Amino acid sequence: MKVINLDHISAKPLLPEVKAVMITAIEKDYHNPSSQHKSGEDAAGALQTAREAMAGLLNCKTPKEIVFTSGGTESVNHAIKGVALANEDKGKHIITSNIEHNAVIRSLRRLKSNGFAVTSLPVDAGGRVNPQDVAEAITKDTILVSIMHSNNETGTIQPIEEIGKITREKKVIFHSDAVDSVGVVPMDVQQLGVDLLSFAANTFYGPAGVGGLYIRRGTRIFPLLDGGVQENNKRAGAENLIGIIGTGKAAELALRHMDKRLMHLKALKDHLLNELPSHIDEYIINTHPAYSLPNLMSISIKYIEGESVMLMLDDDNIAVSTRSACATGSLRASHVLLSLGLSHADAQGTLVISFGIDNSKEDVDVFLKALKNVVTTLRDISPLYQKKADKLGS
Amino acid sequence: MYNKTVMDHFRNPRNVGVIEDADGIGEVGNPLCGDMMTIYLKIENEHIADIKFQTFGCGSAIAVSSMITEIAKGKSLADAKQITNKDVAKALEGLPKNKLHCSNLGADALQLAIQNYEDKLAGVTRPEPIRKQKHEHSHGEKCYCPYCDIEIQEGITFCDACQSSLEDEH
Repeated sequence: MKVINLDHISAKPLLPEVKAVMITAIEKDYHNPSSQHKSGEDAAGALQTAREAMAGLLNCKTPKEIVFTSGGTESVNHAIKGVALANEDKGKHIITSNIEHNAVIRSLRRLKSNGFAVTSLPVDAGGRVNPQDVAEAITKDTILVSIMHSNNETGTIQPIEEIGKITREKKVIFHSDAVDSVGVVPMDVQQLGVDLLSFAANTFYGPAGVGGLYIRRGTRIFPLLDGGVQENNKRAGAENLIGIIGTGKAAELALRHMDKRLMHLKALKDHLLNELPSHIDEYIINTHPAYSLPNLMSISIKYIEGESVMLMLDDDNIAVSTRSACATGSLRASHVLLSLGLSHADAQGTLVISFGIDNSKEDVDVFLKALKNVVTTLRDISPLYQKKADKLGS
Repeated sequence: MYNKTVMDHFRNPRNVGVIEDADGIGEVGNPLCGDMMTIYLKIENEHIADIKFQTFGCGSAIAVSSMITEIAKGKSLADAKQITNKDVAKALEGLPKNKLHCSNLGADALQLAIQNYEDKLAGVTRPEPIRKQKHEHSHGEKCYCPYCDIEIQEGITFCDACQSSLEDEH
């Protein structure tokens, strides 16, 4: 049974080349990279190769600016809490946006209960932060600005470069959660002007459970984990070497194939956008038309609920993600969608379609056909759709 | 996520639709997550001769609607009044704990539809359609936080485990 994966934001398959280097690494039985004997040096060499590949993908000044972690969540926690603790003598004010991932929101909530003040900026109808708002929110107590690169629910990309110019001028540390962007779109930390950038390996077809943090040289930050001197004294604990080796390979391939992948993904997204109107009506596209990831699209379909759509598409062997409150586990409407000005009812019908390099145009066609049927079935039993029909009829 | 019975009622919902000349209509909406359910009744000789539903909501909300119509169909009004949300969940062989709170509104919609029928008979008109305001429990039923699934005490307004306010929905 072939499942069409249109939920790459939740999980991407490992590339065969990545799998191969990881299997080789397992068979090699690497020693501890911190050990100074020959076996240890061998392992340290493999670690360094991966670090260099990662630094190349982000255009770091030196591979030392890369710290490997257990994933995006740890990286974000490290960036926010590490900067807050290391700079609280300078001030206790942090600026963020209303559409961040929970890793950011909850890290900041934790700091708030420890005496930090947080300013959370709104987004416009297109889902973007206004850089001018950032400039105006900065006070003499501001020690950190944390704004995501792209949003995990809508794919909309933020004006990071413009914000980076402001934070540099005002000498405030700037972190960007780029977990859904790194390895998908070109990323140059020099050009962006960020001091810290979080990433996750699975975003670019590396293993889940590995990620990292770019830390610009000279940035004042404490480790999140204290212990040994691994990762240039910035992240204690024996490295997940097998995962990191896979990450290095994935980074190398992401850089080499970036243009080809972008073209492929953009063609799929354009195809979906072009064909959607001839399959369903009355929907809202939540993704910014110009500034967005090439592989992600958020659609709110009116009068129906997302979990039902997801379950019915699952029956047709198509995997998608939904942002309906019923399906998130938290049972709350998405804060990102509400920030865009969506009503609770419209937010309920939200699907997130995310493509990968393993998808084809035929996958999009199969999806569209199935979606059309599912939307018809669910609208037939929806009282909201009935009410709308009654209104039109009267 | 859902058991076979729930999935069956979700995939092949029974008694979907509208009764144009319904004798009673009951509508419930859950402000928490937005599920909506409407039940239509046709009454003959104090029995439910026909019943149909429309639902906007998740898989369990649709399955619950389908099941309540199956349970209620053909019953006398006196018997139908005894049906609770718990009976529906039991007939579905269980629902995920957090959905017990959220989507299990079928019996509420049915009771409102019966009330609507009786109001009409008695010539009672209400300015606003009656809606169920608060989550209620039948005796002995456990209660879970809708946000984190932890078992909580009845009547509390704050979940200690996940720090969520429960004021609106509990």
